Amino acid sequence: MRPARRALAWLLCIAATTVAGPAPAESQTIDTASQAPKDSVLEARTSAVAAQLRCPVCQGLSLQDSPSELAQSMRAVVRDQLAQGRTPDEVKAYFVSKYGEWILLAPEPRGFNLVAYAVPLFVVLAGGALIVIAVRRWTSGERESTV
Amino acid sequence: MNWRRAGIAVLCVVPVILLFRRGLTLDPKEILSPLPGKAAPQFSLAVFAPGQAPLDRRIGDTIQLAALRGKVVVVNFWASWCLSCRDEHAGLSEVARRYAGQPVTFVGSLYQDSPSNGTAWIAEMGGQSYPSVLDPRSRTAIDYGLYGVPETFFIGADGSIAHKIAGPAAPAVVMRIVDSLLAASQPSPK
Repeated sequence: MRPARRALAWLLCIAATTVAGPAPAESQTIDTASQAPKDSVLEARTSAVAAQLRCPVCQGLSLQDSPSELAQSMRAVVRDQLAQGRTPDEVKAYFVSKYGEWILLAPEPRGFNLVAYAVPLFVVLAGGALIVIAVRRWTSGERESTV
Repeated sequence: MNWRRAGIAVLCVVPVILLFRRGLTLDPKEILSPLPGKAAPQFSLAVFAPGQAPLDRRIGDTIQLAALRGKVVVVNFWASWCLSCRDEHAGLSEVARRYAGQPVTFVGSLYQDSPSNGTAWIAEMGGQSYPSVLDPRSRTAIDYGLYGVPETFFIGADGSIAHKIAGPAAPAVVMRIVDSLLAASQPSPK
């Protein structure tokens, strides 16, 4: 019986190890699962801010779109500052304090910058007005010729 | 002549001319740094290239900007892959040697490069009189608003950035700036 008991004991040990084995993995999965949404939120916030900042060594690319090393380092700064609790505006203000307003892909709508916002609107309105005037003239000309 | 039409044409054309007049005088490649006049961002970086006596520092030593308060500090960002850095290297090294013994510190900061490449480059260039430090993850470079190399920053004795040179720094210009900062740091005679 003794060998049988010993064998049973070994079997129990093996079974216990096998059952106990996955436990840490499960807890790790839980940890990872709780971490993942947090990271994905931070990544989403990082992407949103990085998309508004200009890559200094590229032509018209944002930090988000640029594959350059500097852009990657700057994205890491954005991520770190957001993780430290800074707001997106504070992060952007940090980069403006280092690179000037040039670093913003869309300039702040104030002062001379307003020209960038007003000119397209003015061109669209002026173009629309020209089309309306031209159409009126054409139609009035047709009416006169039919009379 | 239809004065109304002429007036509208003038109103449309004049703002465009004014806009072009302003835009065409600007250099799109020139990015004005907001840093001159402001306190220099602090750094504490490890030496990887010692420099030469008497300006040398031991490899692994930390150069802290805060510890250099009261001195004129010249920080040059460079890389072994940067062609323009070759143009300024010998001149900067010589200028730094000339100011040995004066309250001026020259520091090179390696930008997005490996220390082995940096060390090999310095050897290839015939040495460097002042020490160079590593800038992990380019944090200091970003703090200084760097957008390329070489860029050189001049920090006055009061700890504020006085000047920045983007591109190769000519020795005569460097000396003129350093001299002016040294003169400004001297107490004025009563």
